[in-house]
Amino acid sequence: MNVNPLSLFTALGHALTSRLERLGLAARFALSVLRVLGVVFLRFGLIIRELYFSGVRSLSIVIVSGLFVGMVLAVQGYEVLQRYGSTEALGVIVALSLVRELGPVVTALLFAGRASSAVTAEIGLMRATDQLAAMDMMAVDPLARVIAPRFMAAVFSVPLLAALFSAAGVGGAWIIGVKLIGIDDGAFWSQMQASVDVRIDIVNGILKSVVFGIAVGLISVFEGYFAAPTAEGVSTATTRTVVTSSLTVLLLDLVLTVMMFRGLN
Amino acid sequence: MNRSQFDLAVGAFVALGILALLFLAMKVGNLTGFDTGTAYVIEARFDNIGGMKVRAPVKSAGVVVGRVESISLDGETYEAVARLRISSAFRFSKDTIATILTSGLLGEQYIGLEPGGVSEYLVQGDRVMKTQSAMVLEKLISQFLFNKAAETPGQTK
Repeated sequence: MNVNPLSLFTALGHALTSRLERLGLAARFALSVLRVLGVVFLRFGLIIRELYFSGVRSLSIVIVSGLFVGMVLAVQGYEVLQRYGSTEALGVIVALSLVRELGPVVTALLFAGRASSAVTAEIGLMRATDQLAAMDMMAVDPLARVIAPRFMAAVFSVPLLAALFSAAGVGGAWIIGVKLIGIDDGAFWSQMQASVDVRIDIVNGILKSVVFGIAVGLISVFEGYFAAPTAEGVSTATTRTVVTSSLTVLLLDLVLTVMMFRGLN
Repeated sequence: MNRSQFDLAVGAFVALGILALLFLAMKVGNLTGFDTGTAYVIEARFDNIGGMKVRAPVKSAGVVVGRVESISLDGETYEAVARLRISSAFRFSKDTIATILTSGLLGEQYIGLEPGGVSEYLVQGDRVMKTQSAMVLEKLISQFLFNKAAETPGQTK
């Protein structure tokens, strides 16, 4: 088969420009969502409903995952720490890794899979069945009525869920470390409190999860809003939400971690 | 589900989330520290601060009374200048001795304050006059070896 060498560059160029175009579309979409954000607070009931479907329904998966992650961290951490005879530091290791990294990141990933995918599918189907167009006809702004509440629900839910994840993880580590292995209860907590700084560790962790909430929420409504109005389009959009959200969260995490923790010592 | 049931579920969710935040702040992070309270800054100069870091604890009689706010080098005297942020709840006399200590053999370094007997107290911007530098293990070992060699000159061949 004779391939025109120029077509290679054409494909490369097309791949780049189409992605840039989509990025620009997303940026303009984000701006227009921001513009109607204020209106949403006048009808807070809309957010309540979305908070229920995105936040409350994600509670079980987040808390159970947090518990298990904390337990695994405790088992693995103990295994390494006992070689150096400093098993009391288990609380520090578990709390720092949960509050700084695992809490915000894993919660955002779980949220992308559990809630964002559903939001994308819902909005995509609204698009496919012309419900969004119908709203426009009735002079109801779909951005304010459909998109903004779902976006805000993600922004509110993710930090709260991340805090719950971290708390459940510390609880799980306590069950394994103190109750089952038998580390001293006082040392577990006091070493943790001595090393975890509220501003540097906890506030930064919460800030991270707020940023992740904004990213995941925006991606889910964007993919849904611009989904191709077919059954296949909705399924593609749902997949893209999960993939893009996960990659974005991990990339943002790297950037934020470098910004927040590089200057320390 | 009607509106009030949504409200109830979401209210419980938000309350649970805030409880988790409080748990993290109080039980995991110990918010009750005095970082938020008033404090004064004093200065201590050391010949060598070893591996001490910013935010290392300042202790007196083993109790944390403040933190190291910054560490810099005086370009003229080549002394390390550590600025210590001490909680206003504690007062130290003018002849307090600041020593760099290590918790355990491999633990973190901290500054120990030993209060003297003068009735005047250190205030904001004062300098601790008596300091004792960090023990550098390599120096200690070489000192020990030199002393050993000096003690028994006849036995070595």
